Order: sequence, then C-alpha cells, then structure tokens
Amino acid sequence: MKKSYYLFNPGRMSRKDNTLKFTPVDEEGNEGVPKYIPVESVNNLFCFGSMDANSSLFNFLGKQQILVHFFDYYEHYTGSFFPKDYLLSGKVLIAQAEHYLQPEKRMSLATRFVEAAAFNMLKNLRYYDNRGKETGIQIEKIESYLNQIPFAETVDSLMGIEGNIRMSYYEAFDIIINEFEMGNRTMQPPSNEVNALISFVNMLCYTLCLDMIYHTQLNPTISFLHEPGERRFSLALDIAEVFKPVLVDRLIFSLLNKRQLSDADFDKNLQYCLLKESGKKTVIEAWEAKLNETIKHRSLKRSVSYKHLVKLECYKLVKHIMGVEEYKPFKAWW
Amino acid sequence: MSFIISTHINYYFICRRKLWLFTHGIHMEHESDLVYEGRMIGEVSYTDRSKKYTEIEIMGSKIDYYDPNRKIVHEVKKSDQMEIAHEWQVKYYIWLLKQSGIEDVEGILEYPKMKIKKKVILTEEDENTLKQIVKDIELIINQKSCPPCIHKKYCHSCSYFDFCYIIE
Ligand code: SF4
Repeated sequence: MKKSYYLFNPGRMSRKDNTLKFTPVDEEGNEGVPKYIPVESVNNLFCFGSMDANSSLFNFLGKQQILVHFFDYYEHYTGSFFPKDYLLSGKVLIAQAEHYLQPEKRMSLATRFVEAAAFNMLKNLRYYDNRGKETGIQIEKIESYLNQIPFAETVDSLMGIEGNIRMSYYEAFDIIINEFEMGNRTMQPPSNEVNALISFVNMLCYTLCLDMIYHTQLNPTISFLHEPGERRFSLALDIAEVFKPVLVDRLIFSLLNKRQLSDADFDKNLQYCLLKESGKKTVIEAWEAKLNETIKHRSLKRSVSYKHLVKLECYKLVKHIMGVEEYKPFKAWW
Repeated sequence: MSFIISTHINYYFICRRKLWLFTHGIHMEHESDLVYEGRMIGEVSYTDRSKKYTEIEIMGSKIDYYDPNRKIVHEVKKSDQMEIAHEWQVKYYIWLLKQSGIEDVEGILEYPKMKIKKKVILTEEDENTLKQIVKDIELIINQKSCPPCIHKKYCHSCSYFDFCYIIE
C-alpha cells in the first residue's frame, strides 16, 4: 500500500538506488541518522520543514510519478512538484477546454459542484440538528439560497450564491463546536483555532484532489466553477468543493468536540493563530485515518476508501467531458 | 499517422468500449502495472532464449519475441482467459509480417504460468476476417460516442471497472 509521507524536520532527501534516503540535519548542520523509504511505498511527499534535494532526486521522483507538496513556515501551501503528465490524452484535454469555453456546458458543471457542496453541507447540519444543536436557521437559509441557483445566469452569480451558502454554513460552526469559537471566517492569516484548523485541513483536501487529478487524464488548470488560472490548479478547487463538508468539516468537528486538540496545540499571537507541530501531527493522523476509512459503494458494490472516492469523482468528470455519461457529483448518501 | 496495432485487435475481442476508451487516450493507472507484470513474465521465462529472439516493430505493433531463423512469432500471456483475443493478436502479427514480405510465419501462444503452448497459423480465410476486423475497428474508434458498457463477468477484472461502473 502506497502512503503519504509528511516531512516536518529539516534535512536532505536523496536517491539511494531504489530507495529514498532522508538525512535529518539540525540547526548547527549536524547530520542525524538517515531513514530509508522504499520508493514503491511512496504515494506523495509533504514538505513542511525545509528540505535539501538535488535534480537527480526530482528526476527519480518524476519517473515514479510521485508528487511533492511544499508548505512555508506559516503552513501556507506554496506549490507542488508535478511530474510530467503521464496519462496525457489530447482528446480529453480538448473536450475539457470545450466544456470551459461553451458557457452552457461550463454552467452545467459549475452548478453541479455548487449543488453537491450545498447538499453535503446540509447533510452535516441536519445531522447536528437531529442531535440537539440548533442549526435550523442556517439550514433554512441555505435552502433558500439553493432555490436561487436555477436563476443564476453566469458563473459569477453562481459563485456569489456559493459564497452566501458557505457563509451561512460557517455560522453554524459555533453552534456545532463546543469548546472553541470561530466567529468570522478569516483566512490569511487565520485569527483563531477554528480558522487555523479549517485552513490547514482545506489545504490537505486541495492537495488530495490534485493528487487524484494527476492520476487521470484531467488537466488540473482547466476548471469550471473557479476561474482557471485564478490561482493554483483550479480544478482541484472545484472538486474539493464537493468533498470539503464530508472530509474536512466532519474531521474538524470531531477533532474539537472529542478534545483531540487543545489550546496547547496552537501557537497564538495577536495577529494570527497557527497549529503547532504537535497539532499538525494530530490532524494529519486523523486525516490519514479518515482517508483510509471505507464505505460500501452503491454503484460499485464494493468497499472503497474516502480517498478513492475522490479518484472516482475524476473518472466521472472524464466521462461527462467525453460525453460518455452525465456527471452526477458525489452526495453523501448515508 | 496512427496504425491499427495488436492492442486494438486484442481489445476488439474483449470489449468495444475498452477499445474506444483506449484509442481516446483514456488509460487507467494500473494498466501500467499489468504491462509491467506481463513484461516480467516474459523476462523471467525467456532469459535463456533471449538471444535467439528479435524484438521487432512493424506498423506500430511491437512483437517481443520473433525468431527469424525458424520464422516463429512467440506471444506470452498470463492467463488463457481471453484466448480468442490472443489468437487473433498473433494472427495479426503473422499478417503484418506477410505484408512486409516475410511469408510462412507461424505463431506460438504461450502461457508459462499454466505450462500451455498453442500453435497459431494464418489461413486465407483468416486474412479476409482480419480485413473485416480492421474495418470494424476503424468504425468503432471513429465513432463519436463511447460504446455501451458490456456488463459481463469480465468487467470485474478489467482495469476500466471503476471507470465504467461509477455512477454517482
Ligand atoms: S469494465 Fe466492462 S464495459 Fe468497461 S471497458 Fe472493461 S470490459 Fe468493457
């Protein structure tokens, strides 16, 4: 089984035959005991600490189709090493671009993303509403915004509706989360624990979507809801929209309500709030556990992991784009 | 210029949808594992004979084991589950060789895992059938829409299973 490796400590990564060798290096430049990672076990690498590497390492990673994601000191995603696309298809690329260029085709896809995201948000809110957390007001608001979708004529106005839905949804976070307060959603920099957590896990979700896109014929820069090239690989943002409520938000609720994270896991300052390394490790462990969790899939009739659900979403998009079958986005059915 | 290659012939017998997807560049990630495994079987089973064989490419089709002295094409497969497809693939190789002036070639289909070998020859009737098959393949791959899912037992071992069966 391939897995993700998260590198927190500074050090040097190099190629040693068919393994990766990681040599930790401390602040004085002293080398620690190297660790060896068989390359077949690596799905991707996340670099949080500073990493020294040379081009032969990247040539090797590229051949093995391993993506590397980089983050700065403040946990911001800064970019990815994205090896040469190995599943290229000119026909899929042209069809994908066509779905962006033709307004009706683009709107049709963009609408599906927003509706599925809202559906999955409502699912979360109803779950808590049934358990005595009163989120009825937010549910109603979101439902009324949903009714506006058929009247949206442009992707911009759709984005506006999406923004309103998300705002109402975030309002419910203070009702759902017991210990911490979120207040307004602030992103850069996050102002409190809940915001810090949302930013961090959203970013994990984004990289997950990017990884899955990489292993299909889809081009990550041509998106439908988000404006292509606006920032990052915008198709990953489109797909993440659908999965955030199920993967990110549920994880945050459970981490906080089960007190798996405490004040001590955050680094708080007047200006910002960030996860400390202890906090990041707890979150990543929970995130990995979530991705490997399986559910019985309705149409495949077998168990699939949450992670695989994202890949399946990419297949559905390829099918839609190629005119094989209309895209039915993932909606939490349980 | 793109040729009809032996993979097309193979897929034509297995599933037309697979043929269409393949020619539209929709390849599955773990297909490459299968290719790899196939190659491993080849390498492991034929290390001693590798010198005798020539790897040749005619019109886009790659023949891994061709014995030019005895004029025999060897094709090594993992399992005999899709024997018809394998047979026509070998017949196609023989036909391609014939078109490039090499006559009287025979084929041997081998399943080392099962220790089975099978002789394959190309008859005149086969040649006519192949002509028809190539025409059919061209029609299928040029059609605008993807052929429907075959819903056969074979789907479960097909690398496109998730792709074909995922609905929502
Ligand atoms: S899963 Fe079935 S229908 Fe789909 S390509 Fe494979 S054999 Fe054909």
